[in-house]
Amino acid sequence: MIIDVLDTAESFAGVTRRTVKKVPLLRGRTVVNLFFEASTRTRTTFELAAKRLSADVLNIQMAASATTKGETLLDTLANFEAMQCDMFIVRHDRSGTAHFIARHVAPHISVINAGDGSHAHPTQAMLDMFTIRRIKGDFYPLSVAIVGDIAHSRVARSQIHALTTLGVNEVRVIGPKTLMPKDINALGVHVYHNLEAGLRDVDVVIMLRLQRERMDSELLPGELEYYQQYGLTEEKLKAAKADAMIMHPGPINRGVEIESAVADGPRSVILQQVTHGIAIRMAVMSMTMGSGLDLGTET
Amino acid sequence: MNEQINVDDLIKQLADRTMHFLKNKNIDHPLVVGIHTGGVWVAKKIHHALQLDSPLGQLDISFYRDDFTKIGINPQVKPSHLPFEIDNQHILLVDDVLSTGRTIRAALNELFDYGRPASITLVVLIERDGRELPIQADLAGKHISLAPGQHIKLQGPDSLSLMLS
Repeated sequence: MIIDVLDTAESFAGVTRRTVKKVPLLRGRTVVNLFFEASTRTRTTFELAAKRLSADVLNIQMAASATTKGETLLDTLANFEAMQCDMFIVRHDRSGTAHFIARHVAPHISVINAGDGSHAHPTQAMLDMFTIRRIKGDFYPLSVAIVGDIAHSRVARSQIHALTTLGVNEVRVIGPKTLMPKDINALGVHVYHNLEAGLRDVDVVIMLRLQRERMDSELLPGELEYYQQYGLTEEKLKAAKADAMIMHPGPINRGVEIESAVADGPRSVILQQVTHGIAIRMAVMSMTMGSGLDLGTET
Repeated sequence: MNEQINVDDLIKQLADRTMHFLKNKNIDHPLVVGIHTGGVWVAKKIHHALQLDSPLGQLDISFYRDDFTKIGINPQVKPSHLPFEIDNQHILLVDDVLSTGRTIRAALNELFDYGRPASITLVVLIERDGRELPIQADLAGKHISLAPGQHIKLQGPDSLSLMLS
């Protein structure tokens, strides 16, 4: 299934290079971006993707909307259903929200998870896989390191899920003990607490943002100390393979988890990830909307 | 249709007739575009026979199909690849079988998202009955009538043959 999404996205990537960057696949359909949590990249690339598929798009910032007036979530959704909307793109700070919504809306409505709490961010992981495949080709020989706040990162969870499904040689997670999830050993990854040891000979380095908004207690002594131990610098990157690619789902905190020289350097593909997000989201939307296909609730 | 059709001979004749057609129309530098999958195989051979310098274009019309809501997207969709500007150019659009005309409708829509060609000539290997749209081939290798429910399909890519089912 992941490979099907990546292959379809490859075709959509061609569309965005044409004079007319639109195809008529979802003409006449209405897509609702339901964002209960701030997002720039994900929301705008979902919006662009929908528009390039010729769909109409509603952007709803839920914090400022009816839920603050006492309406329940399901009542709000029922109203969008009454407006003949066809697809909900859901971002929420509570894990499981997209799944909850999918179980309660009419069956013809597609629901796509655009990130739920610390649980999953499937389309981000897919666009990361797309980026890796475009640059590295096969997944099998690759060693991939994911660095930072693994515990709070839905991106990391979805990436680990995707990478192990695609059969990469090795997935490493690197970070302080306090930012590792308790069940990390069940995910089939190797755990490192030292950045340079973890980066040794890897092909792909994925940096994560330090998510202060999701930390319920002080799990870190300070940003400076974190940067000294886990910040990706040119110096520390020497441990990785010479052609290692550097990824980050954004937004990046310069000087907190990544040095500017690395983020803007020749091996960084951070902005390519953003571009690829459009093609991946076009693929996911057209695949779900076209056939009533259940792409699953994880990745 | 009992006789065995030699596809290579048929394409050769079709290419000869295409050459005459282009000459009569004073088209010197056509761009050949094949429609995935069978159309690309035929287009390759015609492109070769016409000895053109321009590269071969390929269209996958999956994103333009009118039955998308019924059958969904084909995961085997290939990227369309038109390695040239089509504005003011003469296009030879090539497909294997012209049946309902819906594929050609989709292909025309997609072509116009790349630009405004000077002309489009439709070349098909087999023109069968069953048209549902006002679309006809300019050049066809062979015209055939099939019973309802019968299908004809080009098989390839190594050795091209026609399959009736």
